[in-house]
Order: sequence, then structure tokens, then C-alpha cells
Amino acid sequence: MHRFDFPPAQLPEDAQALRAEVRAFLAETIAARTPLERAQSWVGFDADFSRKMGARGWIGMTWPARFGGQERSALHRYIVLEEMLAAGAPVAAHWIADRQSGPALMRYGSPAQQEAILPRIAAGECFFCIGMSEPGSGSDLAAARTRAEPVERGYRVNGTKLWTTYGHEAHYMILLARTTPGERHEGLSQFLVDMATPGITVRPILDISGAHHFNEVHFEDVFLPAESLLGQPGDGWAQVMGELAFERSGPERFLSSFTLLTELVRVLAEAPNTASEEAIGRLAAHLIVLRRLSTSVAGMLEAGEDPQLDAAVVKDLGAVFEQEIPEIARRLVACEPSLGASSSFLNVLAYTTLSAPSFSLRGGTREILRGIIARGLGLR
Amino acid sequence: MDDLNKLVAQTAGRLFGAHMSHALSLEAEGGAFPRAFWDAAEEAGLTLAMVPEAAGGVGLDAEGWAALIRLAGAHAVPLPLAETMLANRLLVAGGLPPRPGILSIAAATGALRLICEGETWQLSGIAARVPFGRHAAGLVVVGEAAGESRVAYAPVSMGTVTPGANLAGEPRDNIALECALAAEDVAPSPHGPEDLEAMGAAVRAIALAGALDRVLELTVGYVGERVQFGRPLSKFQAVQQQVALLATQVAAAGGAAGLAAQAIAGQPDRILVAAAKIRTGEAAGIAAATAHQMHGAMGFSQEYALHPLTRRLWAWREEFGNEALWSRRLGADILRRDADALWPFIAAA
Repeated sequence: MHRFDFPPAQLPEDAQALRAEVRAFLAETIAARTPLERAQSWVGFDADFSRKMGARGWIGMTWPARFGGQERSALHRYIVLEEMLAAGAPVAAHWIADRQSGPALMRYGSPAQQEAILPRIAAGECFFCIGMSEPGSGSDLAAARTRAEPVERGYRVNGTKLWTTYGHEAHYMILLARTTPGERHEGLSQFLVDMATPGITVRPILDISGAHHFNEVHFEDVFLPAESLLGQPGDGWAQVMGELAFERSGPERFLSSFTLLTELVRVLAEAPNTASEEAIGRLAAHLIVLRRLSTSVAGMLEAGEDPQLDAAVVKDLGAVFEQEIPEIARRLVACEPSLGASSSFLNVLAYTTLSAPSFSLRGGTREILRGIIARGLGLR
Repeated sequence: MDDLNKLVAQTAGRLFGAHMSHALSLEAEGGAFPRAFWDAAEEAGLTLAMVPEAAGGVGLDAEGWAALIRLAGAHAVPLPLAETMLANRLLVAGGLPPRPGILSIAAATGALRLICEGETWQLSGIAARVPFGRHAAGLVVVGEAAGESRVAYAPVSMGTVTPGANLAGEPRDNIALECALAAEDVAPSPHGPEDLEAMGAAVRAIALAGALDRVLELTVGYVGERVQFGRPLSKFQAVQQQVALLATQVAAAGGAAGLAAQAIAGQPDRILVAAAKIRTGEAAGIAAATAHQMHGAMGFSQEYALHPLTRRLWAWREEFGNEALWSRRLGADILRRDADALWPFIAAA
């Protein structure tokens, strides 16, 4: 039976230097961001910031030099990432490409696709969105109905993608579509789609805080040339599963509420009492342990292992942690959170309360993850 | 080192497997000390796991001895192995020789005092809830005296033992001591009472992770075998989700146990010890409740092997400081700093 060991990852020798460099960069670059803006970190879109990151070599930093990468380890990338998220830097513009679209292109892309796109991603100039979910296909991704019908010299696409984060800003989408009708897993393929292709319409979907990150993306008789196929026809399902593995266990899975935790500490430090000490100590303990789990999984990935079960565990634990912070905060401070309040703590509490439901939905719902864990334990 | 770690872990695994049984667990709780088991464990060198080779020990690294403690936790071994390991480590750290036989540990704080009068040393007061005190040949005491941290060895025969037990029925005895110590049994120590507390908390955190490993294993096994409504419980989604939740807690404790071992590999790091003890303690509570729920009435019966583990979870999470104690300390430490120092604090832990 699987034993959960989470051995310590070997941090690179220059880890401290890199961390210091990132902190200095952030102190200079995002000094003006308010706590409310920082709380939005990985949904904060700032193309200028992404270009600066690219100039530093901090996007695609594990990639080969010929693709604009720095050939550094996954743990170097981890350090940059956690410093960005802890500081509340606006990483949304390059985030998806750096985390999953770029690696997917590297695995499955044709040389032409790789050469055309990867260096631009690494430069912080080319942004991606994800074309997986549909109105009738959320957790049940294999129910995707968007059709990519083979036609002369390419494919004709019809269908709708939903919850497409920054679809209105992205240059490209990696699209999951059905190339063979009737089947489930076998009939799916992935495509590299230029969002400027005629026939694509992007409509905003506002979230419960009124913010616009999500979109509905319609494909109406969109012609995709044959060379936009990503990987092999019919391999879409396996490719998507590989891509989702990049989505789990990173620091973004437990730092979503970190700005709130910082602001909570600021408020409680004015007059500490037993209850506040106990709550903060407990949250700090959880965070220290989550970092251990998450860096350990990064180390396993770096060593070429495939720690799917461990990664699912980290994401589930991380989401529980992120979600309980606003609930704990409101029990410690008598207040009424409001986005318009003059207090940073109240702003951030309001924002995080409204965002929290998404933490256990995105990148695989809690129930899907626990199903994966149950499978890993041999229950199903 | 990896090879030695592996070799000792294999030996311990065989030893625990050969000696442990549910019946032995119940007998030990009834008061019978499993002497043959102890002798075999000592013969295998387990009690000297934390003592460097140069000082006559086995000289495992933190990963190596932590694996032994975790394994002992998984088997619910009713022996003071971790206590004797720590006692010998403390003796040797003070330049005293390691001791054969059963040892236990106590801090000279509160009701127990280590007193220096001229050339003579005295122990006075009550060592409270000493693990396996009634069975121990000697007590290793760490205290502050004459301006320094000291380690002292006292034969338990010099004290009066009042038996007690924790929720798992493990001996936790009060030992009343009013005795002079031999001069050669007291030495300056790099570790004070706070270090002893941290080391105790760390080994309990590791043992908790071990017991949790086994609780998960038992639960997965049980829901796979138990048939209701015509199919194994493991085929019900409601059950799968609960066992997955249990696994996440076991996993968190497993990671925390690694931190605990790292924390006391050298001079104890109290921040990491706090994190590990808080997290394993919380995991213990959630896991015990969930495992019992999954086992139904069977897990609640004396004859089934779950309760020696879950009662240890409930006992060990309290020992050497529970979540309330360690989280207050850790939280107070954080709240004394600037809020913007929170992330650097976490990242440096």
C-alpha cells in the first residue's frame, strides 16, 4: 500500500540567492499594489508585469534554451512561483502558458508550433487560455461535445467552451474537441488555436464578485488548418490528463488566501490574545506542512516520477486550507467585510470570502480529486 | 547511510511483525511487559539508534531512526523504544555513557528539581507521567542547575512509583524522588528541558504518523472486504470520499513527520517541531473519527485491532504538548513580528 512519505526536495544551491533576487524585483515592481489587488494575485492580469518577468527569464525557466528557457530546475521555478504568489504579484497573463500550455506544447507540439510559440511565451508576450470545460462538460470532461470535423486541409470547429479564464486577453487556446463522434475518451483531440481566427466569439461571464475573468467562447464554423492539431488525433484525452497533472500540487493550490492571512496577522498583532495566537499558530503549522508536501511533489516531478496520488492529496489539502482562512478570520475579528471599506483587512476578507468557493472547484473539484485518491488507494 | 537505514528498518520490520499481535497488545495493556520482545529489540540495537557509532551506538541519521519510530507507531509496539533512544542520545550528548536496559526521560521542571549543593547533586520532587516508568531501570533527567543545562541519570529504584496510564493504556507513571546522584551520573548538557520537550514532541509526531499509516491500511482493507447491500463498502462513493479524506490527513501527517525528524536531527528547531506536532495532532483526531466511522461497530469492539491504534492517536497527540500549547507558542511568535515578516518566516521554516 502507498505510504505517504513526502521526502524533502533537494533545494538548489542558489535557492537563497534566487529568492532574494525575486523579492528585490517584487519590492520594486509591485510596490504600489494595494492589499486588495495583491489578494487577486493569480487572477490579476498585467501584461507589462508579465513582460518584465519574461525579461528576467522567469517564465518557462525550466525549458530548453532553444525555446527561450533557462534550463533551470523545477525547484527554481517553484521558488519564483511561491514568491510571486506570496507577494500577490499579478501573474495571470502568463500563468497558464507557463504552467501548462507551454509544457503541453513541449510534449506534444510539432517543431513548427514549438518554434513559433514557446520563445514568445518565455518572453512574456504570448498568453494562453484553456479550452476544456463546456456547458455540458465540467467534471465529466469526456462528455465534451465541441466538434472538430475533418475537412479538406484541416478541421471545421463548432461548439462552445465555458469558464475560459482570460479568453478575452489570450492569444491562443489549447482546445479539446471531438474529432470522432460517438465515442468518449477515444474520439478527442487537442488543437492549438489562434484566438484571432474568424468565427470565434468571446463573451464575458461575470463571477459572483462581479469581476470578469471567465468567458464563454463560441466556435462557429471555425476553420483550423491541419497543422494546428496538437499531438496525435484521438490522443486528446491522454494529453489533457497529462496537462491537468501540471495543474495540481503547486503553491497556487494553498496560497490563494495568503494575502488575507497576512492582513489578519496585521490586525491581530495589535492586541494578541490566546484565541488569536492559537488560530495563527495552527494556520502557520498547516502552511509549513503544505509547503513541505508541495515542494516534495515538485522534487518527485523533477526526478521524473509521476506522483499523481500525492499531487491530488496536496491540492485537496491546499483547497481546504485556503477556504478555511476567511472563515477563521471572521471569527477572530468582529467586523463586516466590504470591498469598499477603508480597511485593507476588510477589503481582502470580502474579496477572499467571495472567491473561496472556486478554490475547491478549479483544476478538479474536491469530489473528483477524492475520487482520484480513492482510486490510488485501490478502492475503485 | 541509506543502506544502514534500510538494513535496520528491515530488521525492525521483521522483529515487530514477529512479536506483535493484537493479543500481545491487550496483554501489555493489562500490565504484562513483553520482556522477550524488548530483549530482541535491544539486541537488534534499536535503543541505540540515535547514538553515534563512535559512542557505541548504531549511528543512524534522522531519516533512519525516524523510520524506526514510525514503524513502531504503525505496529503499536508497547515498548518505550523512542524514550530509550532519546535517553541514550541525551546521555551521550552530555558525554556520559549510553546505558543498557529500559530507560525513560523526564524534565527537571515544575514538580521535579535538579539541585546542586557544593559537590553533590540531588533530585527532588515528582517526575510526572513518566512513560513506562514502572518498567524502566533508569531515568534520564534534563534540567537547569548551577547556571547550565545538565543531564543526569537516576536509577528508578531510588524512587517511588505511582502507576498511571494514558488513554491507550500505556504506562505513564509518577515517580517520587528524593535522592542524591552519583557525581559521575551528572554532566553539562547541550540540551535543556525545552529541548527535551521538543524532542519528545517530535518523536510523538513521528509515531502518530506511523499509527496513521496503519489506520489507513486497516480502513482500506476493511471497506474492501465488508459487504453490505450486496457489494463491498469500498464501492460506495460516500465511503470512497471519506477514505480519501482520511488519506489526506495521513499524508499531511506523513509530511509533518519528516519535518519532525529534521527538526531534532541537531539542536531542536522549535518552529518545525511546533508545525509537526500541531499538524499530526490535528490529523490524528480527524483520522481516528473517520476510521471508526468506516469500521462501524466492528472497530468499536475490543477484539478488533483498530482501537490500540486510535487510542494511541488520542493519547500521543496530547503528550509533550498538544495542538493548543504548540499553536499558542507558534502564533505568539508570529504575532510579535511585523505582518510583512510572515512570508519570510514561513519560507525559512
